[in-house]
Amino acid sequence: MIKALKKFKITILVALCFVPLAIWLPDIAKKSSLVTLDYFKEMIIIMPPVFILMGLMESWVPKDKIKKWLGDGSGIKGMGISFLLGTLPTGPLYVAFPIAGTLLKSGARVHNMVIFLGAWAALKIPQLMVEVKFLGIGFTSLRFVLTVIALILEGALIEAIIRRNPSKNK
Amino acid sequence: MATIIVIYGLLAVCLIISLIKSKEKTKKAFRIAGKALLKMTPSLLAIIGIVGLTLGVLTPETISKLVGAEAGVAATAVAAVIGSITLIPSLIAFPLAGSLLRSGATIMTMSVFITTSVMVGVVTAPMEIKALGVKFTLLRNGLGLLAAFAIAGIMGVLL
Repeated sequence: MIKALKKFKITILVALCFVPLAIWLPDIAKKSSLVTLDYFKEMIIIMPPVFILMGLMESWVPKDKIKKWLGDGSGIKGMGISFLLGTLPTGPLYVAFPIAGTLLKSGARVHNMVIFLGAWAALKIPQLMVEVKFLGIGFTSLRFVLTVIALILEGALIEAIIRRNPSKNK
Repeated sequence: MATIIVIYGLLAVCLIISLIKSKEKTKKAFRIAGKALLKMTPSLLAIIGIVGLTLGVLTPETISKLVGAEAGVAATAVAAVIGSITLIPSLIAFPLAGSLLRSGATIMTMSVFITTSVMVGVVTAPMEIKALGVKFTLLRNGLGLLAAFAIAGIMGVLL
């Protein structure tokens, strides 16, 4: 019981934030609840299939394959695969965390996972089309190029730091 | 909608192939999935609660006031803070940024706003930590913030 409570500690804390809000700022509370409900629905629909797909990947794709495609020796090809995986139209970033976690455990390199998450968050194709529409092709293409460069540098740096001191990452 | 079709379509195909090839391995996949889902559920629920709270407080109108033309130099910093904390869906963030740009906000501010809102996620950090570790999460978000300023600086000069 206490163990379960501990696990849900942040969740409960967040839920409690709604109480004073509902008392003093009912308008905001209502809006917040509606947004929360929206995201809840989205999550209930998206998360189960994503986790089952992850499970299938873990039980079918051998680790040495993932290591070969995305691991240390994968080089530019590995970066390319990570980038393409990230740009697929597949939902919000929190979906990508468990995917990246599974890949990392299976031997993908940190550098590639940073690129994967970055592409997923910032460079999705449907998202880019919306950006072009509202901010123009100049803004969008410049942001795209600079973000790709930033992600490659970021990935290299993060990997180097984690390599030097791997134990503290868990 | 497209997302849902893609994910469920992919799942259906993979599941059928998996079931044909081996029932055992399919069962194993479900066990792995169930375990991972249970582990993630508390942070998932917390995240949607926090997203609800922030979006309830930070409406597009409020954001406009905070990072619009009237906000001046501080706007860029405020944009970074708002962008980093919230998980604004791009369907809201881009039109908002577009209209702010037309009403006089600077390119730099809008670039910081967009880059941080997609690359830095304080709200989603608990979940990222669970999946990828503390160090990875801190580094990715910290460097993402720095990168956002660098990208914005360059964009401000070039555009």
